[in-house]
Amino acid sequence: MDQKMMIKVGMADLNTSKYPGVLTTLGLGSCVGITLYDPIEKIGGLAHVMLPDSTQIRDNQNKAKFADTGTIQLVEEMTKIGAKKNRLVAKLAGGAQMFAFQQTNDLMRIGERNVLATKKILGELGIPIVAEDTGANYGRTIELHTHNGVLLIKTIGKGIKEI
Amino acid sequence: MPKIHDVDQLNTLHLDVLREIGNIGSGNATTALAKLINKKIDMGVPKVNVLEFKHVADLLGGADTEVIGILFNLSGDITGMMMFVLDQRSVRILVNLLMGREVHDDEAFTDLDLSALQEIGNILAGSYLSSLASLTNLKIAPSIPYMAQDMAGAILSVPAIEFGKIGDKALFIETEFIEGHDQVSGYFILIPEMTSFNKILNALGVWS
Repeated sequence: MDQKMMIKVGMADLNTSKYPGVLTTLGLGSCVGITLYDPIEKIGGLAHVMLPDSTQIRDNQNKAKFADTGTIQLVEEMTKIGAKKNRLVAKLAGGAQMFAFQQTNDLMRIGERNVLATKKILGELGIPIVAEDTGANYGRTIELHTHNGVLLIKTIGKGIKEI
Repeated sequence: MPKIHDVDQLNTLHLDVLREIGNIGSGNATTALAKLINKKIDMGVPKVNVLEFKHVADLLGGADTEVIGILFNLSGDITGMMMFVLDQRSVRILVNLLMGREVHDDEAFTDLDLSALQEIGNILAGSYLSSLASLTNLKIAPSIPYMAQDMAGAILSVPAIEFGKIGDKALFIETEFIEGHDQVSGYFILIPEMTSFNKILNALGVWS
């Protein structure tokens, strides 16, 4: 793979790309990688969100930090470069519980809450979720390929898969 | 007394104090590790990293670098997290030293190896935090150790999310240590919560 086509998205960040770009985010833990894809225009978008709900947090300037505002902004950025909202499909990855203590109470189960919040906002926007690889207790590196919308998921010791 | 609400409000003096805390804590932890494996260990100059989230994952040599992280939740007067992070190779060397045997890199760790490693984590976190507690006269109680063997970015996302709840930057007090011959290297990382900055700075007389 030509490295120049790789577009890296950091934590609390988002980006979009037309074909032939590949959007990637490395080492997703409890954060969620939200990927959207317009199969006709071959436009992809990826947001790496950390927290479920912007309305619960006072300091919410960075929209890409939250599942709700991050998804809305991602859709806006994609339509700006030619994607049609009603054609978008979503694939999700991440939302793991990296350490055992995160399972002990609801407040700490941030990975799961991030996934639920993402599904809620996608439902409100009418964007179908066609595939997901979420939860469990391991990190994921993901790549969204704009030529076919495949989401490649790499892990340490749990193999590589495409969804 | 002024109050710090955001990482951005910390000035040079505050950062110097936090760096000195890292120095004292990791100095003690390094000594404890040296005694434990009976080797000389060098400690780097502690760094106070104030990072935007998109740069957090680069802290330990790249977001998808495989590391082993041992995490402690801190309660008491100072709250937050303490982490002890090592790469695979260093864990292998450390475990071999402790168990008195020679196991090669391609073999998986046994439960006993990992349990020994957690115990090392316990001892090191204890010495780091007890020096900090006696310096500030504040109570700090670490939880039991929690371990994860995974990508650096995935492990660092856990403390980063805690900072995400209050602002757009994270603060890590990070010290690298290295053992000369076999090159065991790793990091002690103290991640105090925002309310703890005020207590630490106050206890050390920064505002008096």
